Amino acid sequence: MSYLFNTPEQQQEMLRVCGVDSIEKLFSDQVPADLRLNRLLEMPPALSELELEAELTALAHKNGGASTRTCFLGGGAYDHFIPAAVDTIATRSEFYTAYTPYQAEASQGTLQAFFEYQTLICELTGMDVSNASLYEGGTSVTEAVSMALRSLHNRRRVVVLGSMHPEYREILVTHLQHLNCELVTIPTPAGTADVSKVKAALNDQTACLVVQQPNFFGCLESAAELMAAAKDAGALGIISFDPLSLGLLQRPGDYGADIAVAEGQSLGTPLQYGGPYLGILTCREALMRKMPGRLIGQTTDRLGKRCFVLNLQAREQHIKRDKATSNICTNQGLLALRATVYMSLLGPQGLREVSELACRKAHYAAEQLAQVAGLELMFAQPFFKEFTVRCKGGVEPILKRAAAAGFDIGPELSRFTWSDGETMSAGLLVAVTEKRTRADIDRLAQALAKSR
Amino acid sequence: MRNQQATQLLFELSKSGRRAARFPTADVPDRPLTDLIPAAQLAKSLPPLPEVTEPDVIRHFVNLSTLNMSVDTHFYPLGSCTMKYNPKRHERLAGLPGLVDLHPYQTPAASQGMLQFLYEMQQMLAEIAGLPGVSMQPAAGAQGELTALLVAAQYFRDRGEHRTKVIFPNSAHGTNPASAAIAGFECVQLNQSEGGYVSLPELQSQLNDQTAVFMITNPSTLGLFERRIQTIAKMVHDVGGLVYIDGANMNAILGITRPGDFGGDMMHYNVHKTFTGPHGAGGPGSGPIAVRDFLADYLPGPIVTRTQQPDGTAVYGLATPSKTIGRVRTFFGNVGILLRGYCYLKTLGAEGVKAVSDNAVLNANYLLQKLKHVLPVPQGERCMHEFVASAQKLKTEKGISAMDIAKRLLDYGFHAPTVYFPLVVPEALMMEPTETESKETLDAFAAAIEQIVTEDPERLHEAPFTGPASRPDDLKAGRNPILKWTAKV
Amino acid sequence: MDRSQLKYAKTDEWVALEGDIATVGITDAAVQALTDLVYLALPTVGKQYNAGSPFGEVESVKAASDLYAPVSGEVIAVNTELPNNLDWLSTDAFGKGWIARFKVAPGATLDHLMDAKGYAAYWDTRAH
Repeated sequence: MSYLFNTPEQQQEMLRVCGVDSIEKLFSDQVPADLRLNRLLEMPPALSELELEAELTALAHKNGGASTRTCFLGGGAYDHFIPAAVDTIATRSEFYTAYTPYQAEASQGTLQAFFEYQTLICELTGMDVSNASLYEGGTSVTEAVSMALRSLHNRRRVVVLGSMHPEYREILVTHLQHLNCELVTIPTPAGTADVSKVKAALNDQTACLVVQQPNFFGCLESAAELMAAAKDAGALGIISFDPLSLGLLQRPGDYGADIAVAEGQSLGTPLQYGGPYLGILTCREALMRKMPGRLIGQTTDRLGKRCFVLNLQAREQHIKRDKATSNICTNQGLLALRATVYMSLLGPQGLREVSELACRKAHYAAEQLAQVAGLELMFAQPFFKEFTVRCKGGVEPILKRAAAAGFDIGPELSRFTWSDGETMSAGLLVAVTEKRTRADIDRLAQALAKSR
Repeated sequence: MRNQQATQLLFELSKSGRRAARFPTADVPDRPLTDLIPAAQLAKSLPPLPEVTEPDVIRHFVNLSTLNMSVDTHFYPLGSCTMKYNPKRHERLAGLPGLVDLHPYQTPAASQGMLQFLYEMQQMLAEIAGLPGVSMQPAAGAQGELTALLVAAQYFRDRGEHRTKVIFPNSAHGTNPASAAIAGFECVQLNQSEGGYVSLPELQSQLNDQTAVFMITNPSTLGLFERRIQTIAKMVHDVGGLVYIDGANMNAILGITRPGDFGGDMMHYNVHKTFTGPHGAGGPGSGPIAVRDFLADYLPGPIVTRTQQPDGTAVYGLATPSKTIGRVRTFFGNVGILLRGYCYLKTLGAEGVKAVSDNAVLNANYLLQKLKHVLPVPQGERCMHEFVASAQKLKTEKGISAMDIAKRLLDYGFHAPTVYFPLVVPEALMMEPTETESKETLDAFAAAIEQIVTEDPERLHEAPFTGPASRPDDLKAGRNPILKWTAKV
Repeated sequence: MDRSQLKYAKTDEWVALEGDIATVGITDAAVQALTDLVYLALPTVGKQYNAGSPFGEVESVKAASDLYAPVSGEVIAVNTELPNNLDWLSTDAFGKGWIARFKVAPGATLDHLMDAKGYAAYWDTRAH
């Protein structure tokens, strides 16, 4: 079943127009015989829609999804609520079966929606400019660092904190290792950075300082002081933020970030095992032409009517090739659309409610879990919706008890590669969204308190 | 019948006090926020998002959607983009509980179904490529290219070889040089061609012990299969370099020939093109890469593994290759798109997969024959899944440009072909009909173009006449960039 | 500026030398080939450039091009009004469209540049 139209008779007619008697001849005219695969590919047999659905449903049943279990998992992906209207719009096939809006007149729907996305993200963050999306949160950090290195091209030192998502850091290492750059990681044994130690690491060779706020452990960094320290050193301050924290916390634009990036999954995108998600990238206006990715601009058409186009394309790979600001082409348009609809539905009050609920419930959960024998909070720092517990008897028994009672918590810190080689073997993240109830939290605490 | 009011900007529809989403009141003990968060960290005011109702939101975006052309509404022969039909079963299946709601840090034990699908997808991608090592981390084709080039860099570094150059033909997608530069290589562009094919003497003149990778799209962006690809691969291998196959045009060769069989050492797929992603108005994509056995240890992890238990059952897990370049993204990959590609391949089976390329190539050749008398195709009579026609003659004789034809086609109810790419063909119109179109549609499209070229050129410069916009002022947009809405003061 | 008296680089910059001060711009032919310009990035005053190194950038809607210093030296002035009046680059490329003034480095020469005749011939050999 290949979704084909042409009947055998039509195929014959078409072949006649092409002046050949078989499709095979079209290939044999072009692909040398010794390169041909003269067998069928080894693939599973074709399935009808009914069979396929049965197979996929069986596979899906083997997984512990967040709708059948109670999810306290975090670490950069969260089980937030998604209003139905997000799906209604994102499943409009005029959106999801369209291509990148290169042909403006045929893509005004997409272009206006992305222009609104850019505006909403600027309003959310207090930053001047947003692009129309990147792949996801981790690669967005690397793109932000590349921007800084391009902007201050004689500075080759990049400073990050140990409290950044270890996978974000790993991506940065992958990309910087072939370039002539120095990556410095400031340890954060107390859960957040010591501002004076960061200041000491910033010098006149430093292109940027990257701070995650709230950080990977859930804790709040002294973001404003850190951004000021970067500025004092003549470096760019980069913030990796949680979009849903901004109903409560100060916005990156308010405390002087030069570039602010984020994982936008929490803005209406389901978990789906890690992707596709949404990379958010914003910056100050002065850095606009150093930005990676697409930018939508407003203009007027031949008749003077407002319309929208892809703008500042000269930055991009299809024009600047090896000198482009990034190699990104396909981005995450549909996820940007989801975020646009989600933010429209929330408005300022809804955003405040989600932020506050997650924050209050997380603090209640932290209090309850800290009372469980064998558990304690790993860090004393203020946090937002996620916190780290130390499992004195090891992480495994705790995870087992939680799983047996239908709860998923984590991830455990030991699964990551840490910059200082430390394993952090007893640490466990706990994330609490607005979807978790007090009863969920109480039951989790009870389950973990049970003796083995 | 257009609703002009609902398609104002969201911000213009906003009215203070309106709301859509509401959340429950907190069920945990009420405490002053400053007990939870230091006062200095708390926002002084709320972000100024628009205030609208749910019906506002729905009417706004549904009306916006109708301002788009899409595969579900129009023939969309955009060359190099493979705008094929997106089966609806994929959307439903990708939304199944257990798949759509699975957290990326769920334990492997509670993700066995997910890992099984990913493992089978890895195997199918390896088989179609003829290359055994697969990483599904890359989020799009461009990230696949970059990942493969980082793999190559690490491979050469491990061998103690200092190779600095990446070579590609001038018809290459811009992502090729952009990816090479980001991976730390110097770019060498080949500027000559022999009838659209790589010039072997020029390639030979650039090959030396500095050559790291030769990148080539095969079939090329001109819709030509590089007949001498084996010779080219041997030339590159003889100087110790690697051959990268840009898989943008895989729709032409599925089950016909394999990159691994014609000399490729590495390649990427565009799952959102070839395996009908869908495109999502510019993404998400998924750009898995496949590599030869000696490069597999360098791939980014995680890779899915399968272990046979003594009782015959299989257990799936995640592993990181031993000499990995490291991660290129967070979590596993663009799983939602991989899942749609998996559903597609499972629906097609081996015969169905080959039928895709058979019919994609037939449709393209048929359309070429129908159009060549109005729009000549400089590269000849035969093509693979797409071809590049030229409006150069029309431009000279009547003043009708490729852009004019593209814009006027919109009025006729067809999406435009790709225009002005590749740059090596003047007044280029790059057409890729895909296999999921009928002869009737191709005939109607050809008839529309035949009609358009007889129209008044002056009028064509102002086309389209029926859409929501006509000939936007790019210059104005570029000179005074307005990249967000701002409240009038 | 009398364009026949100027020197030209293969990368389309023109130079007018008075004493050790070189005024630099780009030719109107090059601007035309780029089509509608939308952006110009000026160099920083006080910065040193070697001949052949990029000192600025012009962008049109669909293209971008680096500007290369035709002579080694220090930038002593830039045409700050130009980025907001890009039309001058096509309407008065050799006058109001000047981009930067360099204090030519001691010992640096213009010998590697073409005269007007040479540039015209060179332009004709390039495909446009």
